[in-house]
Amino acid sequence: MPETLVFYLLSAIAIGASALVIGQRNPMYSVLLLIASFGALAGLYIQLQAPFVAVAQIIIYAGAIMVLFLFVVMLLNAPQEDAAEWDRTHPLRRPTISRFGGLLAALLVVQLAWALLSARGVEAPVGAGAVADTGSVRALGRVLFSEYVFAFEATSVLILVAMLGAVVLARREGES
Amino acid sequence: MIVVDFVVEDMDLRLLVQLGVIAFTFLMLINASALLVYAERKVMGFMQQRYGPYRVGPHGLLQPLADILKLLMKEELTPKGADRWLFTLAPILAVTAAFAAFATVPFGAETTLFGLLDEPVKLGVADINVGVLVVFALTSMGVYGIVLAGWSSNSKYSLLGGLRSSAQMISYELSYATALSAVILLAESLSLRVTVDAQAGYWFGVIPRWYVFLQPVGFLIYMTAAIAETNRAPFDFPEAEQELVAGYNTEYSSVRFALFPQAEYINMTTAAAVATDLYLGGWHGPFLPVEYGWIWFLVKVGAILFVYIWVRWTVPRYRYDQLMQFGWKWLFPASVINLIATAALVLSLNA
Repeated sequence: MPETLVFYLLSAIAIGASALVIGQRNPMYSVLLLIASFGALAGLYIQLQAPFVAVAQIIIYAGAIMVLFLFVVMLLNAPQEDAAEWDRTHPLRRPTISRFGGLLAALLVVQLAWALLSARGVEAPVGAGAVADTGSVRALGRVLFSEYVFAFEATSVLILVAMLGAVVLARREGES
Repeated sequence: MIVVDFVVEDMDLRLLVQLGVIAFTFLMLINASALLVYAERKVMGFMQQRYGPYRVGPHGLLQPLADILKLLMKEELTPKGADRWLFTLAPILAVTAAFAAFATVPFGAETTLFGLLDEPVKLGVADINVGVLVVFALTSMGVYGIVLAGWSSNSKYSLLGGLRSSAQMISYELSYATALSAVILLAESLSLRVTVDAQAGYWFGVIPRWYVFLQPVGFLIYMTAAIAETNRAPFDFPEAEQELVAGYNTEYSSVRFALFPQAEYINMTTAAAVATDLYLGGWHGPFLPVEYGWIWFLVKVGAILFVYIWVRWTVPRYRYDQLMQFGWKWLFPASVINLIATAALVLSLNA
């Protein structure tokens, strides 16, 4: 019973914080709320008997990526968004584009509902027997480098390409 | 797992004992930060050929208390145009992350407290199978306190201090984590307690099986990166006073200010305790039975902390570009080479 309560509490924090991320006018608060959301997700992973995934979530997302986000927001020193100015000039406010966006959002809702309704066998945690508490990291590593090795390597190549692309884009012309 | 599995019958006593250990750890950390303030001023005094604090109490031992009282009685200022919420949240975040990071650091073997308890209790707040990673994750949370303090103060000096801090911590976290990984490879476990117990015993009957002898380079990299992570001299750029007044905490006063140095000293203690657990054999050492190993643990942590202070008052501050070059061009490649060499060694020995 306490587990269920904690689950609902963490889910509420995750969903609420994520919703507030979009609602904030100050980008600094958005970043912080996103971190809170990641923290709640890490708590959910612990409940799913996956402490390694939870800690990885904190280290990678909350510890590294969000620090970079914060860094960028601070460097740009982005002011609070001016609502009226935003409404008038922003290209995303054009009717065709916003209609297209609305269509995509509706599609997403339909797809989510369909996926949730057709899901079967979610009562038991996945592989709870195989992934004993001490072997969680070992099991994850083994699966990652055998069954999913192609996806894993492809992702790392993708990240490398993105990094090189950022370096190329950031370099000004004429500089060596 | 974080949830401690209690047997239902004798749950009350074990819960009480565990709560006692947690309270003890908490108080110990608070005392550690106070003692470190005293030690820092005293060691600095000796290095500059003077006495250091001497008036308050015998040999100035009550000086930290006087410092804290002085800070408590100061006025709490919030600068104009500061972000009120984040300005208050920042020091709380910093000190919370510092305390929480110690939660998975064990500091002694199982003990019955001189026969007081029926069942032995493990000295340490929580024994988690991914303990090293939890310490690492929560230490890296500490950067938010500093960055937010810098941003919310609405001051150029603070902002620059916060920016420098985030850049520095991201750069040195990599070397820090890579140095840790080499030890994890040797111990084949992410649990700090298992890592410590893997270091029991001796080679050839003389040399203790501490990982510092297998990982001398890793130990040096870890210590360097830890100094940078905790923003200590010679890497104390977030608060370089000649350039930034006082850096990220320029606008802070009273208790809100006091929490930043406290977080820094607690982070130092955690870094020293983790170094002791990972490299110096934790509570294993000659002459003392494992039951009294916590004495060895304290001695080792104290020695590392002394080196910390010693370095601070001996080495001048780097230049900022030197700091970045050192971190990325020397420390990080060295730690990666160290990791690959260790991995190759472990593989060839296991094969």
